[in-house]
Amino acid sequence: MNLKISLQIAKTHLLTKKRQTLIAMLGVTFGIAMFIVMISVIKGVNKFLEDSALDSSPHIRIYKEITSNHPSIIEEANPSNFNIIYHQLPKNELINIKNGLQIAANIEKEPVILGVSPQISSQVFFNKGPVPFSGQISGVDVLKEDKLYDLKKRIKSGNLESLLSTPNGILMGKVLARNLNVKVGDKITVTTPTGNLKLVKIVGIFGFGIQTVDGVKCYANMSMVQEILQKDKSFVTDIHIKMKDSQAALTYAKVLKNQYGYKTQDWAEANSAFLAGDKIRNGMVIMVSITLLVVAGFGIYNIMNMNVINKMKDIAILKATGFAGNDIVSIFLIQSIIIGILGALLGIIIGFCLSYLLSSMPFDAGDFLDIKTFPILFEPKYYGLGMIFGITTTILAGYMPARKASKIDPVAILRG
Amino acid sequence: MLNNENKRSGENEIPPLGIGRLVLQATNINKYFYEPEKFQVLKNISFEANRGEFLALVGKSGCGKSTLLYILSTMDTTYDGLLMMNGERLTGRTQDQLAAFRNEHLGFVFQFHFLLPEFTVLQNVMLPALKLGKYSSKDIEERAYQKLKLVDMQDHALKQSAKLSGGQQQRVAIARALINDPTIIMGDEPTGNLDKKNSEIVFEIFKQIAHENNQTIIAVTHDPDFAKGSDRIIEMSDGQIISS
Repeated sequence: MNLKISLQIAKTHLLTKKRQTLIAMLGVTFGIAMFIVMISVIKGVNKFLEDSALDSSPHIRIYKEITSNHPSIIEEANPSNFNIIYHQLPKNELINIKNGLQIAANIEKEPVILGVSPQISSQVFFNKGPVPFSGQISGVDVLKEDKLYDLKKRIKSGNLESLLSTPNGILMGKVLARNLNVKVGDKITVTTPTGNLKLVKIVGIFGFGIQTVDGVKCYANMSMVQEILQKDKSFVTDIHIKMKDSQAALTYAKVLKNQYGYKTQDWAEANSAFLAGDKIRNGMVIMVSITLLVVAGFGIYNIMNMNVINKMKDIAILKATGFAGNDIVSIFLIQSIIIGILGALLGIIIGFCLSYLLSSMPFDAGDFLDIKTFPILFEPKYYGLGMIFGITTTILAGYMPARKASKIDPVAILRG
Repeated sequence: MLNNENKRSGENEIPPLGIGRLVLQATNINKYFYEPEKFQVLKNISFEANRGEFLALVGKSGCGKSTLLYILSTMDTTYDGLLMMNGERLTGRTQDQLAAFRNEHLGFVFQFHFLLPEFTVLQNVMLPALKLGKYSSKDIEERAYQKLKLVDMQDHALKQSAKLSGGQQQRVAIARALINDPTIIMGDEPTGNLDKKNSEIVFEIFKQIAHENNQTIIAVTHDPDFAKGSDRIIEMSDGQIISS
C-alpha cells in the first residue's frame, strides 16, 4: 500500500469538491464546538458548586448523635418478658463531646491535619421587633475557624478581630442580616431554646456565597455561647476538621470514629445532594455529546457514500490499473480523516471562542450562589477529548463507505 | 521475467528473446452467467498470444468476446480453466495479488476513455507508475512525458483531463496504459467511440507499440478496418473461437 499516492488522490478529490468537503466538515465542527461549550459550562458549574460546598463545610465533622433508638430500661431489666413500650423518648443526655477540647488538641497534632476548630453550636432565635427569626449560632475560637474557612476573606463589612475584643459580639451571615435589616454596630436579642435572652452586638457580616449558610449562621465567641446555654467552659458540641488532602478525609473520618467513639461525617456525606447533581449533569453531557457526534457521523457517512457512488468509474479505473482494495480504502478513509481533523480543529477553536464569550456573560444567581458570570472551566483535557471524539467519529463513519468502494467490481462498471 | 528487464533497460532495442515468445496462454476457459438463468457464455476457449503480436478479437454482439477479454484482464476471476501470463499462473490468485500483477504487466484502453477527470493529463499517466513505485517521482514524470510524446499529447500534459476531446482522451489513456511498460495491452473497443481520423491515429499507435516496442496487444473491436490491419484476427461466435 502506498499512502503517499492515496493521500494525493484523496487531496485532489477533496479540493475539487470544496463545497461538499466544507459541509461535511461543518457537521463535525458544530458537534465538537457544542461538545466543548457544554462540557466547559457543566464542568465549570460542577467545580464551582463543589468548591463552594467544600469551602464552607468541614472535611470531617465530629459530633454526638442524639437518637431515641436505645433499649428501654424495662427491656434491659426483663429481657425475656413481652414488653410493649409506646412513645419512647430520647434519654436526657448532654449533646456535648466529652473532653472535646482535649480531643481537638490531639487531632491537631497529626501531620495530615490542616486545622481543627472545636465549637459549641445551637439553634437560636433572633428577635428584632415582634417577629423571631430562627438561626444557628456557633461559639468558636474565631482564629481557628478562620484557619479552616478563610473567614477573613468572607467578611463583607466590619471585621473579624473585633469579635476578639467584644465579648458579646457576633458575626452574622449576610442574608440573615438583610432579612433582619441590621448592620454592623446594631444590637439584637438572641433567645436560646431553653429561653435565655442575651443582647448581642453585630461586629461583622460575612458571606460564603451559599444561601444555606448565609441565611442562618452566626459566629460568636465560644465563652459567650457557653454562657447563654448555661454550660461549662469545656462544653463543645462539634469538632470541625480540615485536612491537607480532602480525599484522605473519607478514610480518616472512619479512623476518628473508631478512635473516639463519636459520630463523624465527611464532606462527601454532608454534600451528597451537590455530588448527586454533579453526576446527573455529567450524564447529561455524555448523552448530548454522543447525540451530536452521531448526527455529525451520519452527515459524514452520507456525504462519503455519495462521494463513493459518484466516483464508481474512477474506482474501477484505479482497480484496473492495479490499485488493490486497501489502496481504495485508504483513499476514501484519508478523505474522512482530513475532514475529521480539520472539522474538529475548527470546532475546538469555535468552542473555545463561544466558551470565552459565555464566561464573560453576566449571570445573576441571586442569593443562592455568589457568582457574577457563568462559571466556565477551561480545561485542555476536554479540548483534546473533543479532538479525539471528532476524529474517531469520522473514521467510523468514513470506514463503511470506503470499504464499500473497495468492494466495487470493476468489470461491471467498465463494461458499461 | 528476464525478458521484461531486458526490455526496460533499453526502450528502443529489440530484445533478443522477444519475438515468438509465448506471453499469454488460456486453456479450456469456461464461463457461466447465472442471471437471469444459467447460461454458458464461453465454451472451452483455448488460445495463445506471442510477444509483439497485435491481436484483434472480433465477433457479433453477445458472442462473449468482451467477457473473454475481462477474464484475460484478470479482473474477472469467476471462470473455470487455466490462465497463464508471462509464465506465471494467474488462476486462483487473490484480488490484491492480481491487482499488483495488472499494475506491472498489463495496460488497459477502454471504449469510454476513463481518465480521472479531476487530475491533469500528466497525473493520469503517472498514477499507475506511482503505484508501482519502481522509480522516483521525478523519473516517472520524465517517463510520462516520453509516453505522451509517443501519442503526441505532450503539449497538453498540464491540462485537466476532463477538458480534452474524446480522441485526445483516448490517446492519453494509451499513454497511461504504457507507463509501466506492460507486457500486454488490452483494449475494449479502443476506437469504438472515435471518429475515423482519431481511429486511424489510435490504430497507428497500437501498431507501433506492437512492432517497435514489442508489446502484445489484444483488442476487442467491431471496426473491420481496425481488425484487418492487425496481425491476427480471432473470430468468436456463441462462446467459441471459430477462426484464428
